[in-house]
Amino acid sequence: MKKIHLILLVLIAGAIAVLLTFLKTASTYDTVDTAISKPGKFVHLMARLDKSQPVEYDALKNPNYLAFTAVDTLGKSVRVVYKNPKPDNFEMSEKLVLKGKYQDGTFECKEIQTKCPSKYKEEQAKGGKHPDAVKIK
Amino acid sequence: MGYTGEHLLPGQLGHLFIILSFFASLVASFAYFRTMRSKNETDASAWRKLARGAFIIESIAVFAIFALLIYIITNHLYEYKYAWQHSSKSLDFKYLLAAIWEGQEGSFLLWSIWHCVLGLVLIKTSKKWEAPVMTIVSFAQVALATMLAGLYFFGWKMGSNPFILLRDSGVLDNAAALHIDFDLNQPLRADYLASIKDGNGLNKLLQNYWMVIHPPILFLGFAATVVPFAFAVAGLWTKNHTDWVKQALPWSLFTAAVLGVGIMLGAIWAYESLTFGGYWAWDPVENASLVPWMILIAGIHTLLIYQHSGHSLRATYLFLILSFLFILYSTFLTRSGILGEASVHAFTDLGMNWQLLAFLFVFVIPSLALFLKEYKNIPSIQKEENASSREFWMFIGSLVFFLSAIVIIGKTSLPVFNKIFGANVAPPEDAEFAYNSIQVYVAVIVALLTAIGQYLKYKDTSGAYFWKKILVPTIISLLATAAMMAFYQINYTKKGPVFHASLWLAIACSIYTIVANTSYIWLGFKGKLKLSGGSVSHVGFGMVLLGILISASNKEVLSNNVSGIYIPLGDNEDPRENLTLVQGQRMDMGRYYITYEKDTVDVKDERTYFNIHFKRKDGKENFVLSPNSFVNPNGQEGLMSNPDARHYWDHDVFTYITSLPNPDKLQDTANFQAHALTPGDSVFYSGGFLILEDVIKKDSLPEDLFGKNGSLFETPIKIYSKNGTTYTLTPRLANAKGETLMIPDTITAENLVIRLQKAGADKRIELGVKESSAVMKYVTLKAYKFPFIRLLWLGVIVTAIGILMSMMHRIRLNRRKSSLSKI
Repeated sequence: MKKIHLILLVLIAGAIAVLLTFLKTASTYDTVDTAISKPGKFVHLMARLDKSQPVEYDALKNPNYLAFTAVDTLGKSVRVVYKNPKPDNFEMSEKLVLKGKYQDGTFECKEIQTKCPSKYKEEQAKGGKHPDAVKIK
Repeated sequence: MGYTGEHLLPGQLGHLFIILSFFASLVASFAYFRTMRSKNETDASAWRKLARGAFIIESIAVFAIFALLIYIITNHLYEYKYAWQHSSKSLDFKYLLAAIWEGQEGSFLLWSIWHCVLGLVLIKTSKKWEAPVMTIVSFAQVALATMLAGLYFFGWKMGSNPFILLRDSGVLDNAAALHIDFDLNQPLRADYLASIKDGNGLNKLLQNYWMVIHPPILFLGFAATVVPFAFAVAGLWTKNHTDWVKQALPWSLFTAAVLGVGIMLGAIWAYESLTFGGYWAWDPVENASLVPWMILIAGIHTLLIYQHSGHSLRATYLFLILSFLFILYSTFLTRSGILGEASVHAFTDLGMNWQLLAFLFVFVIPSLALFLKEYKNIPSIQKEENASSREFWMFIGSLVFFLSAIVIIGKTSLPVFNKIFGANVAPPEDAEFAYNSIQVYVAVIVALLTAIGQYLKYKDTSGAYFWKKILVPTIISLLATAAMMAFYQINYTKKGPVFHASLWLAIACSIYTIVANTSYIWLGFKGKLKLSGGSVSHVGFGMVLLGILISASNKEVLSNNVSGIYIPLGDNEDPRENLTLVQGQRMDMGRYYITYEKDTVDVKDERTYFNIHFKRKDGKENFVLSPNSFVNPNGQEGLMSNPDARHYWDHDVFTYITSLPNPDKLQDTANFQAHALTPGDSVFYSGGFLILEDVIKKDSLPEDLFGKNGSLFETPIKIYSKNGTTYTLTPRLANAKGETLMIPDTITAENLVIRLQKAGADKRIELGVKESSAVMKYVTLKAYKFPFIRLLWLGVIVTAIGILMSMMHRIRLNRRKSSLSKI
């Protein structure tokens, strides 16, 4: 066997090992119920802002404390604490990806991803849809 | 039934040109294919003539589509959905182009335009490779043309047509006011268009010049990857495995330079005008464009190996083919909506997923099948590369670079993995570190190989030669690294000592790359810059690595909330990275005192600029940064912020607004007291008195904003407070398009709000004066220090220049060879 083939094999094995390790460290997408069912574990909670509940944020008191209620598609809700300012587009976004863990009755969120409008934003968000357009899933 | 006010001709022409471009590119690819397969020159030249004609017609059609879109958008023809959706009347002219490529259709069109330009250059320059290469380019054009077709087959949507009318798009179907008798079941009113006064406008975040220049350059890079791909496939196709590489090399270099600059312009954009707090976040969208570039770079290096030693031709084929295929894969990833939650960029499914997949597989299957079929016939050298040869180490470097790209795209493809296997896997807790922890070692290996590579000779290097040449640069690099370790610190220790040491190792290797390649320009090329494009681009690459390593490791939050007003929560791990500033009150922030001085609304682009005064505690420096925000953009509650930065040679001070008071809370009950005044008159208030200095009527107002009879009055007012301080306020009164708009001015310290209520040409005005307790204004901001960010930008420029120098050198060599072969 040539040296170069040996190196090739080693490097490819290394790349595969890296990808498998990545899968092992990966987290999961969760609903409120499944997130609560594994307290202390880092998850991606998919939810939206419950606008009927108070959003607690007063930058004069503490700019690094936001608390609100998130509700998932199943209608379950949880109180979320986020120790950062309110993200841009917070109220506007239809969906929030809350990265954090459930602990002692609240979801401690480390990062919030809002769905900010971007290049490929379509009018579908507003209910406009071509009558003939059939979505292929 | 007819509708009034519609301009249907541009749309009809647009449809016509879309169909024309589709058929012309189909004819061009077929005719080029026949040219390639022709047995004799007479047939070939007839087919070639047809093919060229068809390609030129295709190009004209694509440019015409673009011109028509510009026409529709600049004339605000909102009967077209594209204009309505992506532009508005108040949009600045310079953003009209940005409006075109905001949409999927426009960006496909941009891609297609670049294919046309590249195709025309290929027709002119590629000589005997024209037929097979252009078959593939024309075929790519067929595929892109279908993206704009907007046809429906059995309910399947093929392409999305930019000329679709608003009334056909379904957007108006639920707007009762536009239907006859307000009944949704009735057709639209004949004069419906009169009610559509303005378009949706361009997304505020995209209204900056980066959006004007980043997409065209990035898409030129995207488009250009088809050329090396086409040459590689042409080589396999014609079984002429040796000849295509000469032309493919300069094209690959061109593509690498443009794509690289395109990607980094995106990074600069993110850094300069978005609030991601950085230039790179390993976001799927960023990765998807980086990966083809990395594979292309690997391909360029194996191509060079092949040219000099005869090794690695198979790898070259594979890399150049995969580079384009990964462009298609990234197109699928970013436009199909499959990324969904995984990206900060929002993507909505246009219902074209099957088509995007077809676009991918129509290239993946034939090209890889051809590669596998021809694999055995691709010339390769049985003899093993010498371990002291340049090609041996260059190949390893290319391989590491390639595999690192595969690892990146593998991680990025989690959503695809979820879709295929029905899994539920999300990125890990520290997604960025998942990339960084691996890529830092790739940086070490690649930088080290880049440093020593050129000091090795092809085929075989004698130890004496190598050590003699490399000795000086190695010593210089070691000294430079040691000096840096002595006088500079890398503060990124939160991932443990091993990673911290790895960062230093990568920094040392980057320095080595810079020093060794700079030295090689003299030691190897004797200072002949024409030849040393490779070394120059490697120096740039080393600078990029060094810039990334330092700026990312030593990025520092300046706005640590240590003395601000906050309720201690007792939890020390809180990220208190944001600081609240009350207007006029000086705050302590690290080495600065900062003060929120005032804010100004730019009426034209609807942004609010916040003047934040920075004063260094040692008194050596005073400056103002003005980050801005769109407050409640488009009437929706929310905040969109853009940062401002002060640039130094070795670092940037960077700040942006993260929060503003809720305007509802600021409502107060005090009323404005009206006073009729002329210049020189004074008014008393509880804290002092004010004098009206002048009434100024502004001339030459932009008509698109103010309308024909608009006006703008400004009244500078001097305020003398009891405590001896004087202030100047300038309330304004605008009349734009029949609407009156008061722009009040405020002094927080005096709790005083002043507005101009009426104004006339005779300088008689009515001033509203309010004393309120609710005018306490504040902003919350975040500030960073980014060290050595300029090294990164400079490195990008140097890399691109180096690659282009190599390209020029290779083009010259090819010319010389072809003129020699003619003799």
